[in-house]
Amino acid sequence: MNKRHIAVMLLAASILMFAAGCKKKQPVAPPPPTPPAQPTRVEKGPAAVINSFRAEPSTIVRGESSTLRWDVSNATEVTIDNGVGTVPARGSRQVTPSASTTYRMTAKGGGGDAVSAATVSVTNPPPPPPPPAAPKASLSERMAKEVQDVFFDYDQSEVREDARAALQRNADAIKAILNDFPSAVISIEGHCDERGSAEYNLGLGDRRATSTKEFLSQMGIPADRLKTISYGKEKPFCTDSNEQCWQQNRRAHFVGVQ
Amino acid sequence: MKRTTLAILFAGAALAVVAYSQAQSDIVIKLTGGTKKVIALPDFRGAGGAAPFTDTFNRTVFEDVQRSGMMGMAPKSFYPLNPPQQESDLRPTPAPTPARRGEQPQAPNCSGRCLSDWGGAPLSANYLGFGYTADQGGQFVAFGHLYNTAVPDIAGAKLFRKLYTAPLTEEGARSAAHEYAADILKQFGVPSLAGSKIYFVSDRTGRGMKEIWQMDFDGANQKPLTSFRSISTMPAISPDGLRLAFTTYAKGQPQIMMYSTETGRFIPFRNSAAPTNAQASFTPDGEHVLYASSVSGYLQIYMSNADGTNPRRISTSRAIEAEPKVNPKTGTDIVFVSGRGGLQQIYRMNMDGADVDRLTNGEGEASNPAWHPDGQHIAFAWTRGYAPGNWNIFIMDVASRETVQLTHGEGRNENPTWAPDGRHLVFSSNRAGGSQIFSMLADGTEVKQLTTQGSNWMPVWTK
Repeated sequence: MNKRHIAVMLLAASILMFAAGCKKKQPVAPPPPTPPAQPTRVEKGPAAVINSFRAEPSTIVRGESSTLRWDVSNATEVTIDNGVGTVPARGSRQVTPSASTTYRMTAKGGGGDAVSAATVSVTNPPPPPPPPAAPKASLSERMAKEVQDVFFDYDQSEVREDARAALQRNADAIKAILNDFPSAVISIEGHCDERGSAEYNLGLGDRRATSTKEFLSQMGIPADRLKTISYGKEKPFCTDSNEQCWQQNRRAHFVGVQ
Repeated sequence: MKRTTLAILFAGAALAVVAYSQAQSDIVIKLTGGTKKVIALPDFRGAGGAAPFTDTFNRTVFEDVQRSGMMGMAPKSFYPLNPPQQESDLRPTPAPTPARRGEQPQAPNCSGRCLSDWGGAPLSANYLGFGYTADQGGQFVAFGHLYNTAVPDIAGAKLFRKLYTAPLTEEGARSAAHEYAADILKQFGVPSLAGSKIYFVSDRTGRGMKEIWQMDFDGANQKPLTSFRSISTMPAISPDGLRLAFTTYAKGQPQIMMYSTETGRFIPFRNSAAPTNAQASFTPDGEHVLYASSVSGYLQIYMSNADGTNPRRISTSRAIEAEPKVNPKTGTDIVFVSGRGGLQQIYRMNMDGADVDRLTNGEGEASNPAWHPDGQHIAFAWTRGYAPGNWNIFIMDVASRETVQLTHGEGRNENPTWAPDGRHLVFSSNRAGGSQIFSMLADGTEVKQLTTQGSNWMPVWTK
């Protein structure tokens, strides 16, 4: 608004006042009726009332959510702290506090404010469940997979050179298996081919099992977790009459016993 | 050519077994066949209800007499057509018809009713057994006779006449036949095996399982004694025949078990703490048991009380030793198998383990020693002359170490044991496929297969 405008307005106003003062007195008209009161913000109103404000559920495990529900009357403004902010007079809000939190609600009203609080308790989650069990091999599966038979020469029970390497590997495998199966015992079976007499072969199978057991004991396997059984030629692995089959049958075989 | 004669007196039979040792010490053993008497045994005919069982009766009589090895069997095809059935059928031998000029005198012929029909050519039987069977009051009866064909007078020719009574069944006919055959053999001093039993091992109830079985000496009445559905093997019988020891996996590791053949119950036997306890056998007095045990880490020979208590070690080697057998006559020495010198051989030692001698000469492998009742000979299995695993049955005179081979490469022949008569052996062989049990005479003849079902091993023969 520039100066000219102001001057014009002042002029107009003074003319108007002059004119009015110069006017002849007229009979006074009744005043118009009072217009009905218009509510205004700034005018005083009733006090705000918080009918309800609660957290459901009031206790959660960390990571879970709780729902705040409220119902407020006569409020001009409703706010909830802890990051919730201004909310309608009635409503709900999901919250996911990471620690126990008390939410404060402030309801402003013309006639007064109201406050209320709702606490969400956060508990620690239980320790995580064990990792899903790996499919566990049975004792017999472990024995079959990890422990090799060892073979002998005809009428002999000494551990052969090629059997020593196999037995060293067996010793490691058996240690691991015995560790995983604390109540298990390893039965070492001594077997023979069909040619010797059944009676003598009972002694030969016994020797084969025993020398195998002694070897494994020396490799650190407790002797009380090794037992021997001689089958002589009573339980052949194959029944042909040739050297290939006979060699198959001259063996120490390992069986896990729970 | 060196020619030694090895005279073996078989107990009871007083039968000389003569061995001829030739240059390469291959010895031929023969039962003295030269003096064998020839017998004719025409079939009995059966009357009434006995008829269905009379075939069994006839077959059993014939086999018993034949298996004794003591009699020559007159060829059946030459039997006269009309054999006697009872005494009244016999007719006196007629006088020879007078020879015509220039001809041989005709032998009299009454088609079987005269003893001369049997004693003369071509049968030339020294003895004639005849008779018949009948059903009498629901019983099987057999009327058996034995005549000496060389005695012209009928009454004087009669050796015996006897009535045998048994249940009217197959089994009854068999037992009557055993009795009649035993009475015939008794005339010649041959002890009868009738009533003797053979224990053995069979897998016929299931492959991979072995049970202990028993049968009559002729293979009849086979039945199981154990039913562990495990491996039960290596039977041995006490001298009185009342206790049977065997080795079983029924409880895991092989252990000795004792069984009463009288009550059919198991008798407690204490096994030593060892991976293997096996191969029990009895001392002649039945008071002690010898066995093989791996208490020391090696299978060794032990002796204990009959119930397994008070075990003590007899052999002391770092080798495999097995199959201890005490001399049944002396009770003072043991034959056994040992690997102390290499491949398994047969040794003997005293009851305290001293004076160990090797009996077999180190060739091949030797096993399964079994004492003859005379305490002077053993039967055993040997691979001498064959590849490992090819066993044959031999007999050895323990004092001289002379051996006789009874089987000759007909499969694997193992586990010979003697019959109570000391003249027969029973053994196992796979000559007929599978392992089966056979009996034979101690000269290797009269081989008879006793089992056919499943596989069968390790026979022991007891009275």
